[in-house]
Amino acid sequence: MLLKILPIATILIIMLPLLSGIINGIFCQYLTRKQSGFIASIALVITALLAILVFYCIGINQQIVHFTLIEWLKIGTLKVNWAIYVDSLTAIMFIVVSWVSAIVHIYSLGYMAEDEHLPKFLSFLSFFTFFMLSLVSADNFLQLFFGWEGVGFCSYLLIGFWYKKELANKAAIKAFIVNRVADFAFILGIITIIIYFGSADFTSVFAKAKGLSQVKFGYSYSVVDITCLLLFIGCMGKSAQIGLHVWLPDAMEGPTPVSALIHAATMVTAGVFLLARCSFLFEYSPYVLQLIAIIGGITCLFAATIAITQSDIKKIIAYSTCSQLGYMFLACGVSAYNSAIFHLVTHAFFKALLFLSAGSVIHACHEQNIFKMGGLKDKLPITYSNFLIGSLALIGIYPLAGFYSKDLILESAYNAGSVVGNIVFVLGIITALLTAIYSMKIIMLVFHGKTRLDKNIFDHVHETNIMNIPLSILVAGSFFAGMIGYYLLSIDKPNGYFFHSIFSIHAYQRLIHHLPLYIKLLPIIIGIIGIIIGVYLYRKVKQTAEIGIIERILRNKYYFDEIYDYLVVRSVNILSKLLNFFDQNIIDRFGPGGFAKITNYWGYLVTRTQTGYIFNYTLYVVLFMVICITFFVGSFIIGCKV
Amino acid sequence: MIITIEHYLILSSLIFTIGMMGLFMHRKNVITILMSIELMLLAVNINFAAFSTHAGELSGQIFSIINLTIAAAETSIGLAILLVYFRNKNSIEVSDINQMKG
Amino acid sequence: MVIFFYLFATLIIISSFLVVFSKNPVYSVLWLIFAFCNGSGLMILLGAEFLAMMLIVIYVGAVAVLFLFVIMMLDVHFAEAIIQTKKNLLLSSIVALIMFIDLGLIILLGSKNIHFKPNTSLITAANISNAHAIGRVLYTDFILPFQTAGIILFVAMISCITLTMRSRSGVKRQDINMQNSKNKANSIVMVKPALNEGIEGIKYE
Repeated sequence: MLLKILPIATILIIMLPLLSGIINGIFCQYLTRKQSGFIASIALVITALLAILVFYCIGINQQIVHFTLIEWLKIGTLKVNWAIYVDSLTAIMFIVVSWVSAIVHIYSLGYMAEDEHLPKFLSFLSFFTFFMLSLVSADNFLQLFFGWEGVGFCSYLLIGFWYKKELANKAAIKAFIVNRVADFAFILGIITIIIYFGSADFTSVFAKAKGLSQVKFGYSYSVVDITCLLLFIGCMGKSAQIGLHVWLPDAMEGPTPVSALIHAATMVTAGVFLLARCSFLFEYSPYVLQLIAIIGGITCLFAATIAITQSDIKKIIAYSTCSQLGYMFLACGVSAYNSAIFHLVTHAFFKALLFLSAGSVIHACHEQNIFKMGGLKDKLPITYSNFLIGSLALIGIYPLAGFYSKDLILESAYNAGSVVGNIVFVLGIITALLTAIYSMKIIMLVFHGKTRLDKNIFDHVHETNIMNIPLSILVAGSFFAGMIGYYLLSIDKPNGYFFHSIFSIHAYQRLIHHLPLYIKLLPIIIGIIGIIIGVYLYRKVKQTAEIGIIERILRNKYYFDEIYDYLVVRSVNILSKLLNFFDQNIIDRFGPGGFAKITNYWGYLVTRTQTGYIFNYTLYVVLFMVICITFFVGSFIIGCKV
Repeated sequence: MIITIEHYLILSSLIFTIGMMGLFMHRKNVITILMSIELMLLAVNINFAAFSTHAGELSGQIFSIINLTIAAAETSIGLAILLVYFRNKNSIEVSDINQMKG
Repeated sequence: MVIFFYLFATLIIISSFLVVFSKNPVYSVLWLIFAFCNGSGLMILLGAEFLAMMLIVIYVGAVAVLFLFVIMMLDVHFAEAIIQTKKNLLLSSIVALIMFIDLGLIILLGSKNIHFKPNTSLITAANISNAHAIGRVLYTDFILPFQTAGIILFVAMISCITLTMRSRSGVKRQDINMQNSKNKANSIVMVKPALNEGIEGIKYE
């Protein structure tokens, strides 16, 4: 019986946020805050409950739901439909997206309570959820791209939500443009797929992957290599890997619920989802997999080194997200897609928890610089405990979620046995150390020690209940998600949870290896060492005046923004000025603008012939007569053979 | 030397062009313009008469007579218009007749 | 014969130049008259003596006199006429020159192609005068143009009168309608005057 309602349930899951978004969007001026909040929350909570239902049916019983909604494109032999494809990978993404989105909706009722555009905000959040859900339930590349672009667009709307702040507008544009650079590669990848594989559906593309991996361009790279490279560049932009990461810290200009939803749990994980979904493709292209692993490892370390020196609480958590995404890509690069998705799920929980708790702190103190806070442990006890649990989960302490997922990733990296695998294992370990250090930095500076806030602000610091109640679900997730995934769902085993959805060539071979015990324990030992170092370093706040050269580079984010500005932005500006000049002065002057001027000018000239003087008119008559006669005489002379 | 038809024709074309020259050379004096028109009509009449003689036919002369009539009628009407205009404007400067400007 | 042609030709050219280039419009009219006379001389050379006389009677006798009347009625300023003429000389002489060259070319190049096919009913007989010949044809074959010319003259006459007629105020005219519609009621008023008082308040129409 449950099977019969599954298709309806999946359609409802995807359409309910859309409905909430539309209602809130159209009637945003007529609804009161309570009504719009109620509509949005109800819609999202129902979605979340349905997601549990779907997860139970599909995930536990290993069903696959695949049905077509409506036909979309039919061009020659290419046939693309709007369809829904739900397998175990999709089901778990449903859970993540819908639950975090529902929690964020309810949270923002409290966080944005004083904001007068709350219905608009909720509408944007709901639209974002809809796009993300349609991304994960797509059955062909074009529908996935529809969701991809949609989340990019909604992220632009949400980052720039406080549009009166100029920095917010700039950050929104930056996010959109950097994503666009990546999407360009993604589109090229889709085009390559359509040309070489003949269709855009996942099932048919994956069936042909093995054969086409033998078709080579030139001598060394096959079709699948090129395709996977282009798709990966698309993922790099969305998931903020090194090079295209510059939008993520600036995206913190948006409200904190936005950061929690988009930049912790859902949008930035779309890239990882794509890699996992296309695991069938990526497995046949070892070059690209190595590249993914290297880039993931470098991003990990790179972001963690920057995070240590930042002073804005949200930026630290943003770089932490960037670093954890590096972990996920690292895992994909060593063919451990299931570990990547597992880490995605657990990361969604504790990172959202961290962001939302930081939001509580910011809401209470109206301040974002951690060097100006302190001693909030007694004033905000619930927030403190949430933050602590989230940080411990992030670092990877034993029963919490992060332990299982991060351990799995590092073990897979070590297990891969290749040179790349070993390199990224080392990078991952160092990053784990740095993760612990900066997490402790935040906790020590914000919650412990003597306060550095103003006295009257400090006295009015208080908790808000509506913001804390949803966070309890995230706390539960941070606690139990790891254990559920590892023991109940057997995520790590290849014939476990992800049996049908993810494909790995070497999966069975790698199981045979047994890892030495010290490798299994290394991450948690490093984590504890990092905690101790962090607590020791930040016991007392020292603001030294002079900053060493390394710290200067790190604090300025390795000058990435400046380099990009110099290399890319300036040249594009010059090019656009050149094109503007060309367009205005050459094309427009000889084209429409010029035509208008010429028409005016000729009209003016013709007007000047209407002088009203008789002798002018007689002159015209006589002139015309003379010209006619001359013409005929001339043609007669030229024509005759005298 | 024998006077052929070309002599008459060239003569008449010469008078015609002189009349045409006078047509738009006079900007201050409308009457001279009317007189130039008379000159042109005279040239045409000479033309017709020459052709009539050399063809041995009378059609040219008949047309010449009728042309005379028309010329007289047209001159009288032109002068009448001029007179009325002068009554209204007190000047016959052609440069002032520009109400149709634009 | 030849010398007469050249004489008349030279004189007519000179007089037409002077018509155009004279500063005094009265002189222009007089040169125009002279041109007409020479033109009629040319007509006589061509054997069209009726036409020549018509030229003198109509043109010199009516049109030129009309011109003189109008010139003397209007007030013409001489001084500006001199200055203005020089400005337009260049353009008009160029146009006229081009026209003359065109016409000359047509005549010289095309005259060998002229083949006369005369209408046999209109051939001039040798022994009758021009007037006789024209009279034979004008009222028979060319009756329509003849009558049309008459109508045109008629229309011209009416239009001239209509254009220049103005009704002056203060001039008494006959109004036939009013005269015919007078009766006892609207022309006589019976009044009984009192002695030594006279009549007051009578309105005249």
